[in-house]
Amino acid sequence: MMKSALRQRDVGRLRQIARLLPALALITVALQPHAEDPTRFNLGTPASTEDIAAQDIDVSPDGHGLPGGGATVAQGKIIYDQACASCHGSEGQGASAAALAGGNRVPPDELAADRTIVHDVGNYWPYATTLFDYIRRAMPFDSAGSLSDDEVYASTAYVLYLNGLLDADSSLDATSLSAIAMPAARYYREDRRVSGGDL
Amino acid sequence: MSRSHSNDALLLHRRQLLGAAVGAAVGSASAAIAGVSLAAEDSAAVRRLGPGPSPLGERSPFAEQARVPAMGIVSFTPHENLEGTITPSDLHFERHHGGIPALDPQSHELLLHGMVERPLKFSLTDIKRFPSVTRSCFIECSGNYFPFAGEESPPHLICGLTSQSEWTGVALSTLLREAGVKPGASWIIAEGGDAPLLNRSIPLAKALDDVLLVYAQNGEAIRPAQGYPMRLLVPGWEGNTNVKWLRRLEITDAPVMSRQETSKYTEPMRDGTIRQFSFEVDARSIITAPSYPATIAKGWQEIRGIAWSGRGKIQGVEVSTDGGKTWQPARMQGPVLSKSHTRFTLPWFWDGEATELQSRAIDETGYVQPTLRDIMKERGPGSGPYHFNPITGWLVRRDGELRFSPTG
Repeated sequence: MMKSALRQRDVGRLRQIARLLPALALITVALQPHAEDPTRFNLGTPASTEDIAAQDIDVSPDGHGLPGGGATVAQGKIIYDQACASCHGSEGQGASAAALAGGNRVPPDELAADRTIVHDVGNYWPYATTLFDYIRRAMPFDSAGSLSDDEVYASTAYVLYLNGLLDADSSLDATSLSAIAMPAARYYREDRRVSGGDL
Repeated sequence: MSRSHSNDALLLHRRQLLGAAVGAAVGSASAAIAGVSLAAEDSAAVRRLGPGPSPLGERSPFAEQARVPAMGIVSFTPHENLEGTITPSDLHFERHHGGIPALDPQSHELLLHGMVERPLKFSLTDIKRFPSVTRSCFIECSGNYFPFAGEESPPHLICGLTSQSEWTGVALSTLLREAGVKPGASWIIAEGGDAPLLNRSIPLAKALDDVLLVYAQNGEAIRPAQGYPMRLLVPGWEGNTNVKWLRRLEITDAPVMSRQETSKYTEPMRDGTIRQFSFEVDARSIITAPSYPATIAKGWQEIRGIAWSGRGKIQGVEVSTDGGKTWQPARMQGPVLSKSHTRFTLPWFWDGEATELQSRAIDETGYVQPTLRDIMKERGPGSGPYHFNPITGWLVRRDGELRFSPTG
């Protein structure tokens, strides 16, 4: 319950940031339509609800877009060993592909000071929902889209387990995934530099 | 190809020669004249016909060019071998996150949906019917500093992940008017049609300002490696936001927080924060000539390079020929275009002594390209590889050889 409340606050702050950002954009001469251009050219064809559903697989930090179903960490180990371990290492320590776990749980100033510490899910990813979204859209690397939604839940659960963010006997579904507070979320700040000497 | 062309030309030449000789001469004189002509053909003084026209141009065999692939995920533009500001399309850098998809414009569609009055699908033919806009613009991968060969790093390892083209397409604002953006919308999520369906969130204000949906690069269809049949051009913003093989635009009121914009393309900072949505490309320059692996001779040289900024026009470039002790303004080659590679030059007399050449860019916002030390102080050595734009130099040895110097 506490975790969920935290998440809601994070999302609230996020939306605040999101509204601020466009106002910070440089004032430049925008591309304006020519006076003789019509408001609409009546080009393109209407997209149906089915057209959109077929392509829109986005998952938001608040859990919007997560499908039904779910899986356990134990099921996740089976999927992970079959589809993920060969590139990411048996314990997520990294191999031909990036490490998913095993980096010290250190704050960003220590990451900035030491280039040898890996940025992994536990110390760098701000949203657990992103893990589901990314695995579903992009993994396995050589056969993206081949996992079922339950298999995506399973592998997501196992990667969270490898990072100490889920217990070995737990399970994951839309509700529990969107309630997970990631350790790195509190460190994220939007870039406010506009010009001049800011590095 | 070129060899068979010249053989054909040579045969034609002989036939024409013999035919003319037979037709014009009579009796024993004909053999003598033909004999003289054929003997002369072996002389270096004879100018033979070159190959004729052909469907596609080729580079001179004496001036071949190539990108430099590395790490299986990028290929670098060889800036050390280029002049001017436009990158030839086949030398445009590559950074793929799941290979190059083969998209057929007959079936590929762009879906525009979300907070709009009219969700729409557009074919390439539809897109091309809208009013067109053409502009020059660089695209730079924000991770563009990989001098992993140490002092033997050529310019392509320092900043080979920036390239410039003249792009043509439709203003995104035109497409958004067509669909009708609903009140409250503030972000656009762009998604590619490559294997990992790469996606990035872009503030709506930027989209309405100068973002283009482009289908042409340097006057012809975009190359597959650059996003055929259509991609986003987000002028001055990190390359990753310029989503290639665009298949979907969703209008929203919040960023999607994709993997690319959270765990990647962000910077851990010394102050304990993680900097996110650092979209703009910071001003940068590099001397492309002379540079490693070239060797120079005593006397006059022209120092040449490129400078660019994601925040607007390059105001000037300063060059140091004494390792940063003194600086002088370089000559800027006009027209200086906003968010574009800008060529600078400076004549320099090399006296044969060891020294170091450096350049630093200043853009129209007053941003001065920082030293590596300044960047480290602010961000830290583990904050890379994104938005790393230090002043770099070339050590000139007494024997005329050059070496990369990262110190600035």
